[in-house]
Amino acid sequence: MQPLFEFLLRQGDNALVLGHRTSEWCGTAPALEEDIALTNTALDLIGQTQLWLGYAAEVEGADRSANDLAYLRDVHDFRNLLMLEVPNEDFGRTLMRQFLFDAFQVPWLTALQTSADPRVAEIAAKSLKEATYHLDRSAETVIALGDGTADSNARMQATLDYLWPYVGEIFVDDDTDQTMADALIAPLPSSMRPVWAATIEETAKAACLSLPESDFAHHGGRSGVRHTEHLGHMLATMQVLQRSYPGAVW
Amino acid sequence: MMAVTSSLTAAQVWAWLDDVPDPEIPVISIVDLGVVRGVDVTGDQVKVTITPTYSGCPAMGIIALDIETALAKQGVTALQLETKIAPAWTTDWLSDKGRARLEGYGIAPPQPAGGPSGCPHCKSGAVEKISQFGSTPCKAQWRCTSCLEPFDYFKCI
Repeated sequence: MQPLFEFLLRQGDNALVLGHRTSEWCGTAPALEEDIALTNTALDLIGQTQLWLGYAAEVEGADRSANDLAYLRDVHDFRNLLMLEVPNEDFGRTLMRQFLFDAFQVPWLTALQTSADPRVAEIAAKSLKEATYHLDRSAETVIALGDGTADSNARMQATLDYLWPYVGEIFVDDDTDQTMADALIAPLPSSMRPVWAATIEETAKAACLSLPESDFAHHGGRSGVRHTEHLGHMLATMQVLQRSYPGAVW
Repeated sequence: MMAVTSSLTAAQVWAWLDDVPDPEIPVISIVDLGVVRGVDVTGDQVKVTITPTYSGCPAMGIIALDIETALAKQGVTALQLETKIAPAWTTDWLSDKGRARLEGYGIAPPQPAGGPSGCPHCKSGAVEKISQFGSTPCKAQWRCTSCLEPFDYFKCI
């Protein structure tokens, strides 16, 4: 697989999988304002997916569209972070995951704005505007729930402990990352860890949460080697229309 | 239907597009909103370049259709529509006419400070944020603590 195609799939699949998970809240969020916020966030992410996967399809040159990549690939073809595919569980986990991702995405997209690939740079610039207010909201909500009642604090701590083994995968560099870095298309993900960690530490402190000490990291999502059992279930729902009625259009 | 004359100008096309309302906020035009980024006229060939406000803006398809319909009514048959995302759309591109119309419609226009300058209904400066998100991606929900009315605020990005 071409390294640039692989890189673009990683960006697009992160946005797609998190966007779909977030859209699962449509109509069932704890309050109307949160329902609107979650679905708006999902909409932004699906919009970003169209940009990333649209460019990925062009780079691949195999006569596939962004829709083909989204709806007609199977689990082993996906290149998203494992953290983004685990079930929402509850509002707290959904927002904690969004925060852990946003805290990476903001410096990452900021760096990609100066990519040697102008298409990557313009998609990053467009997406960054949205990621910035996503981070404002997810950080605010993590603080509100962490520094809330004894119950909300305990649940946010439990969800942070649950998600923590998944965050390490964000920063594991591989050959694709090295190729992108050599071509000045993207920095190494590992180089983002200090600024990410600073955001996480500051917010966790304000949220009265303690960061787990373990640095054990599940990985395999970004490389496609090993996804969790949850992605297949998610795709079964997300792709059912195209699987049942191939070629159906809106 | 008017026939397109040989003297079709970009300024004329801009004026026609300024009559096309935004599908979600019909009080302003797609030109006021800054969604139309360029008009090129070569003979009877018209090229219109548009940009999405937010990357997932669901109105882009409708906007493209509305542009086609509006220009077809004026006799433009050779229309090329192009979408570009760079430079990324910013609320700085809202026209002064558009800002004034938003306020008159009850939507507080964007401010660099990040919040509305006042309530669009009673003009009180005593306002507070309800949610960073609203009925469309470009709006947030605020409320006035003087007249107690909730209102939309056009987010500054």
